[in-house]
Amino acid sequence: MTSLFRENDLWGPLDPSEEAGYGEERPKRKGFFTDTSICIGCKACEVACKEWNDVPADHFDMLGSSYDNSHSLNANQWRHVAFIEQPKRLGDQESGLRQTVDIGMPVMAPSGPPETEPADGAEKPDFRWLMSSDVCKHCTHAACLDVCPTGSLFRSEFGTVVVQDDICNGCGYCVPACPYGVIERRKGPEGAKNVGIAQKCTLCYDRLEAGQTPACAQACPTQSIQFGDVEELRDRANARVAQMHDAGIMDARLYGNDPDDGIGGAGAFFLLLDEPEVYGLPPDPVVTTRDLPHMFRRASAAAAVMLAGAAVSFLGRRR
Amino acid sequence: MTPQHRATDWAPDNAVSRDGPEGVASQTGALVGSAGGRRRKGRRRKGGAEQSMVPEAEFTSYYGRPIVKPSPWEADIPAYLFAGGLAAGSSLIAAGADVTGRPVLRRTGRLAALGALSFSMAALVHDLGKPSRFTNMLRTAKPTSPMSVGTWILSTYGPFAGLAAAAEVTSLLPEQVRSRGPLRLVGLLGRPAGLMAAVCAPPVAAYTAVLLSDTATPSWHSAYKELPFVFVGSASAAAAGVGMITAPTHETGPVRRMAAAGALLELAMEQRMERSMGVTAEPLHHGKAGRLMRAAKVLTAAGAAGTLVAGRSRALAAASGAALVLGSACTRFGVFEAGQESAKDPKYTVVPQRERLEREGPVRYQP
Repeated sequence: MTSLFRENDLWGPLDPSEEAGYGEERPKRKGFFTDTSICIGCKACEVACKEWNDVPADHFDMLGSSYDNSHSLNANQWRHVAFIEQPKRLGDQESGLRQTVDIGMPVMAPSGPPETEPADGAEKPDFRWLMSSDVCKHCTHAACLDVCPTGSLFRSEFGTVVVQDDICNGCGYCVPACPYGVIERRKGPEGAKNVGIAQKCTLCYDRLEAGQTPACAQACPTQSIQFGDVEELRDRANARVAQMHDAGIMDARLYGNDPDDGIGGAGAFFLLLDEPEVYGLPPDPVVTTRDLPHMFRRASAAAAVMLAGAAVSFLGRRR
Repeated sequence: MTPQHRATDWAPDNAVSRDGPEGVASQTGALVGSAGGRRRKGRRRKGGAEQSMVPEAEFTSYYGRPIVKPSPWEADIPAYLFAGGLAAGSSLIAAGADVTGRPVLRRTGRLAALGALSFSMAALVHDLGKPSRFTNMLRTAKPTSPMSVGTWILSTYGPFAGLAAAAEVTSLLPEQVRSRGPLRLVGLLGRPAGLMAAVCAPPVAAYTAVLLSDTATPSWHSAYKELPFVFVGSASAAAAGVGMITAPTHETGPVRRMAAAGALLELAMEQRMERSMGVTAEPLHHGKAGRLMRAAKVLTAAGAAGTLVAGRSRALAAASGAALVLGSACTRFGVFEAGQESAKDPKYTVVPQRERLEREGPVRYQP
């Protein structure tokens, strides 16, 4: 069965658009480097994504999970900002929580500096607020794409993974296949387009084709979401994490940047300040199709057992 | 946990600048909490200290929310898994009965195969988000997609099973009708079609295990080594059960052997599967999935025992057969449900990956 698949087809380093058959003149692989250390949780990415891609707003819930009221990545949420409040300090940073700054706004209270100025060197609050804008990883080995039985999910010339809305028949197989829980079949709201069809981030395929930056990266006011050639972004990410380590922020680590990892490296990868699962990301995902040749071998053996078992049952003495 | 990154000699200030006006300080170089450059060396985080403090099976999550998504599939899919297996087993029985001269068993086998296949196809189409686009499955053949492989397996098997059943129906017609034109041809093709259906049948029963396992659903993926054997055992037992219900006892000797062997294979491989699944075996014991799996074991064991002691008792044979059919259905619904539950709880995604990290370190490709 293994011979059905070429070397590195199912995992390992690979240029995905080359493997998909795009020629020499193909553009470089595009992706995101989301540096969560400078995310301010403004959700401009969520809004820009919804606006540009016409992703329906189907709910308004107060979830009681810090400032996160959009819950998760799903069919109607292609960028999702996670908010984590932790009783923990980030290195020896100055959080700015103790001081107030007079920005000249009109106030009702008596003016002037606050009466109780904390003494210098007082205990700093043990609190940090992690924010991270999550998105489809555009895996090198994308399980959603590999298991799609219609060919609706395809690899674009930019190395991204995109759903063709007019091909998808809503079989839903990509949904459990994704190791990050990104893609989902759109359930509603009623009247929205593409209900019943798998939906996820396209890395703004239409904008890329026009030479534009994806909407979320364009809208990000802090450049937490950086768009560019994956190769260059990887260098940028390595430099950034080294810079943070030099500054004593040893929590900083990259996620999804390694082409040797379980999904062959993500097209959209991250700099995180805590373990991945804190952000709702799997700690060390492996694309399910890595084991597919083994699965087919086991199933073939089982099928042979079934055939042999039936044959032997009928071979015995006639009664 | 030590960050996996390797520091490079790269000049950070050049590296982090993005396309923008020259000379404008980029925010991408800002350090967390530095409030604009009061940069100090901090104490290093003690690597791994937090991890070793927590007891085993503790895990972190984002507000307890799932990481992977459960499949959007409903009862249609486990029903399809069951019916597909029943069809496959029935085609095998029908072919065996045909070759060894057991006419009633052959007839019920062929008809059961077509009935179960039609039901399973209807369930499959009904489950699609866009049922009208069902035929889009046929616009491509992808070996990386078990659903595509399954579609083509069914597309090969289906016509043979259908033709064999059609031959069975025409044989019930009066002599002067069935000996004419195309109906005569159908009658002649009954045996070859039935044999071809039997050859194509085992993959129909086995591929459904790959269909579930080739996902990130923890309790399905971790079962991939044993699940195909559980499913073919279950399919054989169910089809044999139908044979025992529908055919007279003097024809059912082979199917009783098949029933006992299938049930034994299912029970034994299910045990082995649970042992190899680690923490992801838990959902097989909890809630609805737990009740279904317990029912499956009891029904399958009872059916197998009944099969062995039924002797010439048609009633006992039928009761045993019914127990096997129900047990097989419970197995599919139980495995399906356990997978859905495992996807909804981040524990089953995080804990196995953490355990592997502790054991082997991060997964890295080695050529």
